[in-house]
Amino acid sequence: MAILETWSLTRRFGALVAVDRFTVAVQAGEVFGLVGPNGAGKTTVIKMLVTLLRPTSGTAQVAGYDIVRQAAQVRRVIGYVPQALSADATLTGYENLLIFAKLYDIPRAERAERIRSALELMGLTDAAHKLVRTYSGGMIRRLEIAQSMLHRPPVLFLDEPTVGLDPVARQSVWGRLEEMRRDYGTTIVLTTHYMEEADSLCTRVAIMHLGRVAAIGSPAQLKAEVGEGATLDQVFVHFTGGELEEGGGYREAERTRRTSRRLG
Amino acid sequence: MAGTSLFSSTASFVGKTMTITELEARKLRHEPIELLSRAVQPALWLVIFGQVFTRVPGIPTGGLPYISFLTPGILAQSALFIAIFYGIAIIWERDLGITYKFLASPTPREALVLGKALSAGLRALVQGVIIYALAALLGVALDLHPLNLLGVIAAILLGATVFSTFSLIIAALVKTREAFMGISQVLIFPLFFASNAIYPTALMPAWLQVIARLNPLSYQVDAIRALMLVGGRSAFGLGVDFAVLLAVSVALVIVGARLYPRVAV
Repeated sequence: MAILETWSLTRRFGALVAVDRFTVAVQAGEVFGLVGPNGAGKTTVIKMLVTLLRPTSGTAQVAGYDIVRQAAQVRRVIGYVPQALSADATLTGYENLLIFAKLYDIPRAERAERIRSALELMGLTDAAHKLVRTYSGGMIRRLEIAQSMLHRPPVLFLDEPTVGLDPVARQSVWGRLEEMRRDYGTTIVLTTHYMEEADSLCTRVAIMHLGRVAAIGSPAQLKAEVGEGATLDQVFVHFTGGELEEGGGYREAERTRRTSRRLG
Repeated sequence: MAGTSLFSSTASFVGKTMTITELEARKLRHEPIELLSRAVQPALWLVIFGQVFTRVPGIPTGGLPYISFLTPGILAQSALFIAIFYGIAIIWERDLGITYKFLASPTPREALVLGKALSAGLRALVQGVIIYALAALLGVALDLHPLNLLGVIAAILLGATVFSTFSLIIAALVKTREAFMGISQVLIFPLFFASNAIYPTALMPAWLQVIARLNPLSYQVDAIRALMLVGGRSAFGLGVDFAVLLAVSVALVIVGARLYPRVAV
């Protein structure tokens, strides 16, 4: 059964068509990757699915709820980790979790246990009462994932979860995501421009180019389509034309760099 | 059953609002220096401006010493200065990514906006405590009756709600720090000077009196002046003061809640 389905989801910004008739169906328990160069429309798709942005046309359902007409219900059944760092650096890790436990209506009696187990799963128990300002980049990302999972949402959206992380921190984030999928059956939708990340994490990948889906399938299928022994990098170049990035612009570049700098 | 669900949704709304305020209060606890440094400016107004203008004869203060007349104005001003720059925090949080996560959570937009507004009020209350202490040192006769104190607290919270939500609305419209700072700088002095905060409106030319009469700050100052000082009197009537502040607060929170999601686009 599809837990997430979109029908010709489209978003324009003035004359620019950021997302053009995006249609996919994601099954429960999948790890679905959106890959593509900067400006391909990945983040815009995610923002529409998490109800931050209204589609210009087309529609989508998350866990059976319409993203426009039932936005409030959608917000209850999703977790979301934005690309930019979203944990509050001026609070402790524990406080970041406590606030979200309250906002997600986790009953008072269960809060302490949920927070404890989230900290443990993400390997943050020892750092719980330190200010997030003192955390490493990998710790911050794991805290953000913990925040987004406190209410055990059936669908989790992650926008560039490992951008700016070193290989070790990246591995640890992948490991935790894999554990969550196994333990809670969480459906995960993530964007990335790291092909190895898509290759090792995702059950299926949609390659986006200029707002459209250029190809869709499991990493193995896509590689086979391009040719014997192809890497996912080659698949990517094949479907996106391999041209230099054009989209994104100053604001996106500024944000990515700031995120990378803070992750240090 | 309708009554129960109304009750539970109201309780949920209040709970979420308080959670947002708690978040800000916890931040303040980690950074107490910020609060103290913000107290410098009102202290300078009272000690320097107040001491000089006390010597000017003929300011129609309604029988109060000028320093007493000025104190409620400076209290309201320090709340205004905290609140009017609140929008910069909204833009900053958007740039960091914090805003996206709050907007994608099941928190009513009104609770996000009101929670933020009350946290501006909380900061302003801390200023209030400091200004009460300073005023006592300067010999201002303060009315410390509990009901009067409660009234002053209410006036501070309402004023902070009005101006911080106003600031949030500007931030949601202009979206960038540079444009926001420009507009706030342009607005803050007219709001402050076209009010009864540091001189009675009777001294103003007629056109300015009209503006002062439309300025919510005048109603906040009027209420605080009546409640804070021994012998303080309200020019508009306390009922009018609180009705205006409450109505403007509600209207701005409703508008702010509609516009707030725009900062994330």
